[in-house]
Amino acid sequence: MDVTAAFSEAFRLILGADPKFLGIVGLSLRVTLTAVLLAAIIGLPLGAWLAVSRFPGRNLVIVLINGLMGLPPVVAGLVVFLLLSRSGPLGSWGVLFTPTAMVIAQTLLVLPIVIALTRGTIEELWREYREHLASLGVSGIRAVPTLLWDGRFALATGLLAGFGRASAEVGAVLIVGGNIANYTRTMTTTIALETSKGDLPLALGLGIVLMALTFLINGLAFGASRIGQRFAG
Amino acid sequence: MRDIASILPLRVDSLAFEADGKSLLGPVSFDLPKGGITAIIGPNGAGKSLLLRLCHGLLVPTRGRVNWAVEGGLIAGRKRHAMVFQRPVMLRRSARANLQHAAMVTGAGRSVEDALEGFGLTHLAERPARLLSGGEQQRLALARAWLLEPDVLFLDEPSSQLDPGATRQIEAILERLAAEGVTLLMTTHDFGQARRLARRVLFLHRGQLVEDADATSFFAQPRTEEARSFLAGDLLW
Repeated sequence: MDVTAAFSEAFRLILGADPKFLGIVGLSLRVTLTAVLLAAIIGLPLGAWLAVSRFPGRNLVIVLINGLMGLPPVVAGLVVFLLLSRSGPLGSWGVLFTPTAMVIAQTLLVLPIVIALTRGTIEELWREYREHLASLGVSGIRAVPTLLWDGRFALATGLLAGFGRASAEVGAVLIVGGNIANYTRTMTTTIALETSKGDLPLALGLGIVLMALTFLINGLAFGASRIGQRFAG
Repeated sequence: MRDIASILPLRVDSLAFEADGKSLLGPVSFDLPKGGITAIIGPNGAGKSLLLRLCHGLLVPTRGRVNWAVEGGLIAGRKRHAMVFQRPVMLRRSARANLQHAAMVTGAGRSVEDALEGFGLTHLAERPARLLSGGEQQRLALARAWLLEPDVLFLDEPSSQLDPGATRQIEAILERLAAEGVTLLMTTHDFGQARRLARRVLFLHRGQLVEDADATSFFAQPRTEEARSFLAGDLLW
């Protein structure tokens, strides 16, 4: 099949709402959104706490978390695989090669990004707000809700960055999901598989959706920053 | 006789602050009775802002004590002294939300709407606080402090970054607060402002309280050489 015909078929898959195609897109979004939500629930308070607290070894923790932002997805996948495999410490959960395992792996990838960006944002705000909040009798951990709320637009950008990383990665979900048709096959793993098989239309269609998603994420991040400037100053 | 509903008088007793082994303030002692405006003046680095922060509890003194008539300057569990900073800290929210935040975290008794109205901010209530002008931000900072029902208000150069029009508005507010019974302790670089507002002057130089005098006599006949030189415009360091 030539490239023109492949593109034409790819658009037919997108516009024709092909159930198999939509299933893959839907699973990818479900896994990634759940992972980002979990990372936000854990990472936002943890990053904020790291920003306002002082303890021995804090700098080391910050360096480790910053380093983990560049964690190779295949390594994250391998770690989760070892944890969830039958002989691993969490083997009894029985979730290896399920979407749950993929969520865990992607959460592991997104979490350092959320923690590090939250810490940076909140630390800057804390420097600015510290005396005022202390004057009101609010210090340390009690300041976290105020700081998280006032950093909301910058933090939204951080979460979108995490979403971008998770939605585009292939290594981790491939290892822990197993790329099982109609069950754990995501956009990225399908693109890798179908390209190797020479089935370009499906790979191209999913590639177009992924690209559109990337542009959408960047648009949202830009919008969040503009809204922040307009409504929060 | 002391007013039992007040945290005053404030007794500053041999207060000293050091950083990295270097003395930055003190020992300084003075009393602040209820009422009026007291100006702390002195050259840069004299320790004026540091003294305010120590009194307000933002810093812990190396030596000495800040004694309120009521332990901790608290009445019914609420801190009854507030502070307005040279550069007002505005949360990334509307003017109204800035006041609501202060009211919420302190359990302040006064109403946000009264604060907006009393400080001429009603028409700016929904505007992002950080986008207000310098004068409007400082009015909002004063409204936020007023919300807390302070007996004492510490002000660190409250109009140093404002134009004359905005400075006049701020001074009018400070006089009104003093007339309402709030005791003001403020730092200023502006002799004119100290003359216009203050009943009493504390003159600091190199971390020492060099002169503590009635404002009229301080400006007419300063007792110390340092104060005379400072008022004459000589460069002190």
